[in-house]
Amino acid sequence: MKTQWHLFVAFFRVGMLGYGGGPASIPLVHKEVVGKYQWMDDSEFGDILALANTLPGPIATKMAGYIGYRVSGWIGLINAVMAVMIPTIFLMIVLLGSLTSVQGVGWVEGMTSAVMPVVGVMMAVLTWQFFNKARKGMGWIQTILFTIGVLVLLELLHVHPGIIIAVLLGAAILRKEPKNEEKKDAVKGGDEG
Amino acid sequence: MLYWKIFLAFFIPGVLGYGGGPASIPLVENEVVSRYGWMNVQEFSEVLALANALPGPIATKLAGYIGYEQGGILGAAVGVFATVAPSLIIMVFLLGLLYKYKDSPKVQRMTLYVRPAIAILLGLIAYRFFAESQAQIGWIQMLLIAGSSYLLIERMKVHPAFVILISLVYGGLFLG
Repeated sequence: MKTQWHLFVAFFRVGMLGYGGGPASIPLVHKEVVGKYQWMDDSEFGDILALANTLPGPIATKMAGYIGYRVSGWIGLINAVMAVMIPTIFLMIVLLGSLTSVQGVGWVEGMTSAVMPVVGVMMAVLTWQFFNKARKGMGWIQTILFTIGVLVLLELLHVHPGIIIAVLLGAAILRKEPKNEEKKDAVKGGDEG
Repeated sequence: MLYWKIFLAFFIPGVLGYGGGPASIPLVENEVVSRYGWMNVQEFSEVLALANALPGPIATKLAGYIGYEQGGILGAAVGVFATVAPSLIIMVFLLGLLYKYKDSPKVQRMTLYVRPAIAILLGLIAYRFFAESQAQIGWIQMLLIAGSSYLLIERMKVHPAFVILISLVYGGLFLG
């Protein structure tokens, strides 16, 4: 019961504070799930985020639903998904009944634009954490090569991120187990940091 | 059958919308404006504007509101279910498999390989947030808010909820 309440509170906060749509709530989810309640560690969070990016559909509810499921089964799943989306849907229905249009309402726009740098900072910190984790796992050189490769594919060649992650996952599965020499290389790379 | 239509109208964008909720907005518009004619472009843009101004995931807000408009509470439930359920069920299934084999070297390598890609994706989102807010409120305000929220969240360990609330008040009062 206490777990369900924690799940509800965690994802209620994520839903109510995630300005800028689902992707903006990723650092908030991370703060609640890895930081505050410690339901999982960074690498599991990273796996979930990777898979959520590969599959279609809204990202916030996929994360909420899976984490809810992981913490306490199907009830946890339903609880977390509800908590992340019901409050704002409710607001939406209430507000559209009373306001005709919020386009161009000054203070609403002011609020949204002041929140963006805050979310940006949280996102940048999370970016650094993932980069740092990658460096610890595969060393500076491989991490930088991977990073540049992904950046070129995404921004210059406009390959869809879902495809890139799917290919990386596929490569990890299909690659043969490293022989001894390669293993030595990997260890060397890992020690550099 | 209305509820079947609502289901289809949100099932299709949910399954085809790669890249999270925001990517599915044009697909939702195509269904509710062009195919079913539930609203015109003007009405859709007003709904979208409010959805953007409110917190929380965009796609479910649209599905919930439009579903409610067409078919009441049940319509909202159907719309939201069609948006969320298909990809979430696949996700639970696939991660269940991953979790089962989490000690195998292949799965550990998967975790390792995707990390730089995740870092880049998050970094690009961060960049877009900074760029957009710089365009709206200028360099000085943007750096001021970013700098103070970094200090508060990372150095002084204030919960982000408070920092976001402070920034909302600040923006509403001074940046409107």
